[in-house]
Amino acid sequence: MPASATAAKESGQADKGPFAAFLAAGIALTGIVLLFAMVIAFALPAFRQQGPGAVLAWSWRPYQGDFGILPMLAGSMLLALSALALAWPLAVLLLCGMLPRGPAAAGRKGAGLRLRRLGADLLPWAIRLMTAVPTVVYGFAALFLLTPLVRRGLGGSGLCLLSAALVLALLILPGMVLVMEAGLAPRLQRLCPGGLALGFSRLELLWHVVFPSARKTLLASALLGFGRAMGDTLLPLMLAGNAPQVPGGLTEGLRTLTAHMALVTANEVGGAAYDSLFAAGALLLGVNTLASVAARRLARCSEPGAPPELRS
Amino acid sequence: MKSFFPVLVLALFCASAALAAPSGALAPFAGLEGNLDIAGGTAHIPVMNGAARNIMEANPDIRITVAGGGSGVGVQKVGEGLVHIGNTGRALKDSEIARYGLVSFPFAIDGVAVVVHPQNPVGALGKEQLKKIFAGEISNWKEVGGLDAAISLYIREDGSGTRETFESRALDAGQSAAKSNVVSSNGAMKTAVAQDPNAIGYVGIGHLDDSTKGVILDGMVPSQQNAADGSYTVTRLLYMNTKGQARGLTGAFIDYIYSADGKAIIAKAGYIPMDRP
Repeated sequence: MPASATAAKESGQADKGPFAAFLAAGIALTGIVLLFAMVIAFALPAFRQQGPGAVLAWSWRPYQGDFGILPMLAGSMLLALSALALAWPLAVLLLCGMLPRGPAAAGRKGAGLRLRRLGADLLPWAIRLMTAVPTVVYGFAALFLLTPLVRRGLGGSGLCLLSAALVLALLILPGMVLVMEAGLAPRLQRLCPGGLALGFSRLELLWHVVFPSARKTLLASALLGFGRAMGDTLLPLMLAGNAPQVPGGLTEGLRTLTAHMALVTANEVGGAAYDSLFAAGALLLGVNTLASVAARRLARCSEPGAPPELRS
Repeated sequence: MKSFFPVLVLALFCASAALAAPSGALAPFAGLEGNLDIAGGTAHIPVMNGAARNIMEANPDIRITVAGGGSGVGVQKVGEGLVHIGNTGRALKDSEIARYGLVSFPFAIDGVAVVVHPQNPVGALGKEQLKKIFAGEISNWKEVGGLDAAISLYIREDGSGTRETFESRALDAGQSAAKSNVVSSNGAMKTAVAQDPNAIGYVGIGHLDDSTKGVILDGMVPSQQNAADGSYTVTRLLYMNTKGQARGLTGAFIDYIYSADGKAIIAKAGYIPMDRP
C-alpha cells in the first residue's frame, strides 16, 4: 500500500529501527510457525486413528467412545458472536462520547456541553481502567451477582449463554473502544476546524464523514474483539455451564473449546479424549488466526494517518 | 480450572523445631533431607498438607511441595518422574500401571454424597429416582415430591474421581444428561449447589457442611461413619502412587501417612483412614 506508506511519512511517522522490528517480527513468526507445527502434529493422531468423522462429530460422550468436538466449536462461535453483538454497538456509542473536543466547543456553554466534557474526560480513564481488571474478578462477581438474577428472571440454572455473553462483552469492550479511538480520533481532529466552520457538529462529522471512511477500523476492532472472546477460557468455564451441547436458547448451557480443554486436561493424560483436545486446539487456533490476520490486514490498510482521499 | 491454578503450597516452617529431637512417628525423618514433590487429586490436598507441615516442622532440612491438578495429572507427573508421589482418587488403570510401572498405596475411604440446596424439601431419594434425574428423564422436582421447579443438574468433569465413584456406585454405571452443568472441583460444586435452589449435585462426604444438604439415598445416610462401616456404599479409596517401590524420603512419607499421626490427619480432613494393605 504505497499510498498509506507515503501518508505515514507525511504525518511524521518515519520508520525507526527497521532491524529491531525485523528481529522482533522474526522471533514472533518463528514462534507462531512452531506453535502451528506442534498443535497440528499432535492433532493428526486423533484424525488418523479414528478418522476425521469421529472428531468432527456432534456427540461428546467419552465413556461411549464418542469424541465429537463440534458442539464445542459451535459453542465457542455462538458465545463469541453473541458477546460481539452486545459489545460492538456499545463500543461505538462509547467512542462517540470520548472523542477529543473540537476547538469551537470551548466557546459554547450549557449543561449539555458540561456533560459532554465530563464524558470526554472520564470515559477514556474508565475504559483504560477496565483493561486492567483480571478476568477472574469479572467471573466471580458475575457468579454471585449476575447468575442469580438470570436464574430468577429467566429460569434455568443461570449458568448459560446469556450470562457468559454479557460478561464476555464487558471483557472485550475496552480493547475494541481503544482500537476504534486510535483509528478515528486523528481523522476527526483533522476534519474538525474546517468541518465545524462549515456548520457541522462534531457528531455529524463523526457520523457522516469519519465512520464511512473508517469502515475498516471499525471492522478490525470487531475482529479483535471476536478473537479475544473466542480465546477466553475462564469466563465460559465459570459462567456458561459447560454442558457439551449446542444451546437451544439464551438460558441453556454451552461448552466452549477453551473450557473443554481446561476441563479435560484436569484428569486425562492420554487416550482418545486427550488426543481430541489437540484437534480442538487446532480448530481454535485456526479460527483465531483467521480473525487476527484479517484484523491486522484491515488495520494496516486503513492507516490512521491516511486522509480518506489518499486511500486506494 | 484446577490445572490452571495448581494449588502450590510451599510451607516453610523452619522454626526452632529443629532443636527438639523428633519423636514417635516423626523419628524416621531425623537423618533425612531433600525435596519431596507431591501432585494430583485435589481431595488429597488437606491430608498431604497436614503431613507435610508436621514433617517440615520436625525437620527443616526437608522441603515438601503439594500441588493439585486432578488424578490424571497425578498419574502423569509421577509416571514421568516430575514428582515423587502422584495422588489419585481412583484405582490406576492397567494401561497406566503397565506404561509407567507405578505402585499404589490406598490410604483412605472417601464417600460421595448427593447434595441439594438446603431449602429443598426433598431429603431422600431412591436409586432409581436418582438415575432418572441424572439421565434427564425426571426433570421437575415435583415428580419426586418437591416443589414445582425444573431440576438443575450439576456434575463433575470427565475423568474426575468423584464423578467416577458417583456414576459407578450411585448410578450403577448410568450416564449423566448432556445438558448438565459441569463444574471442576468439590468447592465449585458446593458453591453452585448452595446458590441454586433447584440444584442437585454431588460432593465428597468430607466436603459436606451447612451450605448444602446431603440427600438420604435408598435409606443410606451420607456420613463419614456410615461410609467407614460400609452401610453407605457410594465410596471410593484415595491412593498415593509411586514409580517403583518407595524408598528414602518418599518411603518415610508414606509410612507416616499410615502411622497413628497420619490417621489423625486423615480423619481431620474428613476421610476414613485405612491400614496399609
